[in-house]
Amino acid sequence: MAETKTIKFHIRRYDPKKDKEPYFKTYDVPFQPGMVVLDALHYIRENYDPSLAWRYSCRMGVCGSCGMLINGSPTLACNTQVATLGGTEITIAPLPNFDIVKDLVPELSKMFEKHVAVSPFIVRDEKELDDEKGEYYQTEHQLEQYLQLTYCIRCGCCMAACPTLATDPDYLGPMPLSQAHRYNVDTRDGGRKTRNEKTGSSHGAFKCHFAGECSRVCPKGADPAKAIQHMKRQLVFDFLHLIKNQKPCEKQHGPGNEPKKDVPPAPPYTV
Amino acid sequence: MAEFTRFDNRLGILGWLGKGKWGLERYLYILHRLTGLAILFYFMMHIFVTSLRAYGIYLWTEGNFFHQPIFRIGEFLVFAAFAFHAFNGLRLVFVELGFAVGKPIEPIFPYETCISKQRPLLVVMMLLSAVLFAMGGYELIMALGR
Repeated sequence: MAETKTIKFHIRRYDPKKDKEPYFKTYDVPFQPGMVVLDALHYIRENYDPSLAWRYSCRMGVCGSCGMLINGSPTLACNTQVATLGGTEITIAPLPNFDIVKDLVPELSKMFEKHVAVSPFIVRDEKELDDEKGEYYQTEHQLEQYLQLTYCIRCGCCMAACPTLATDPDYLGPMPLSQAHRYNVDTRDGGRKTRNEKTGSSHGAFKCHFAGECSRVCPKGADPAKAIQHMKRQLVFDFLHLIKNQKPCEKQHGPGNEPKKDVPPAPPYTV
Repeated sequence: MAEFTRFDNRLGILGWLGKGKWGLERYLYILHRLTGLAILFYFMMHIFVTSLRAYGIYLWTEGNFFHQPIFRIGEFLVFAAFAFHAFNGLRLVFVELGFAVGKPIEPIFPYETCISKQRPLLVVMMLLSAVLFAMGGYELIMALGR
């Protein structure tokens, strides 16, 4: 019978109740074909130390919970095959640039506060949204302007890789900036000018100097660095009053889609 | 409510270089800052040294303090820093205005990012700065041989 290959996992541990500083602890995990880093963490918790803490949910690269620094690169534990990492030793640490809650659990609330600060939603007149007449039509080209950015799962890997964020904690960071751009370029949106106050500030887009690390590590290919550079151009054009069409698109009836009759009114708000 | 202690895990300036596996653009980002600071330092020293002329002190003339070979090498390093900073700066001007990074696309695995899109520009700019290095190096060798 073939001998099972063993991988050494060096895991950065930190318990705020006991430890002053994080430290590394090593665990031997038998390798299985198809094993991802998340499986190894489960093995360690079940066989060595039930107190090992990390965050995960979907196990398939959709929820963005299990972002961690694996062999020096911020990525998702559920998306990283142990076999592709090569070697017999793997180092796992929590995402840098975030405070550590415990072991591999980063404190993401600051990132989400910045995210909320850039109004990551379509800004329209509420009354118009409730009006059932017509729909917001977009061409394929208009959709393509922001489609890539909708793939972002807010895992925080880009924030962990950003060297500017490593020294300036107030910098908005790749995720909030790229998400602001996602709505800025949406033809349905009318909130760009408001967002510009935040994204064009001293801790906004111009703090990015294109180290490109965010795009390199993004597990969903959302390419935040590209969005930030496009945003800078838009900010410059806005400053110089070179963008003419400032109005968001209006509701319209698409081809062959005549106005509907007897449409029931929208239900009242529940919140 | 219980109080929770959080460990500050920000990388800091040391994280610019280490604490992870990083790409070429990140190292250029750091080098751009370092060369910028070096040129600024040289510029301030240059103003100081040339202002001594007001007191009749000419440190840069034949046989004086700054005419030693070590300062010739220093001059070359300043020139090399300038060559890199200028051409990398041009690349950054293009890139940071949204040129040479590509258009928005649908992400299909394996993902293509703006990093690979701007790589040819990076290569051209680094080749141009290498030409200037070579010219400066030739001038240095000639000066040391005199």
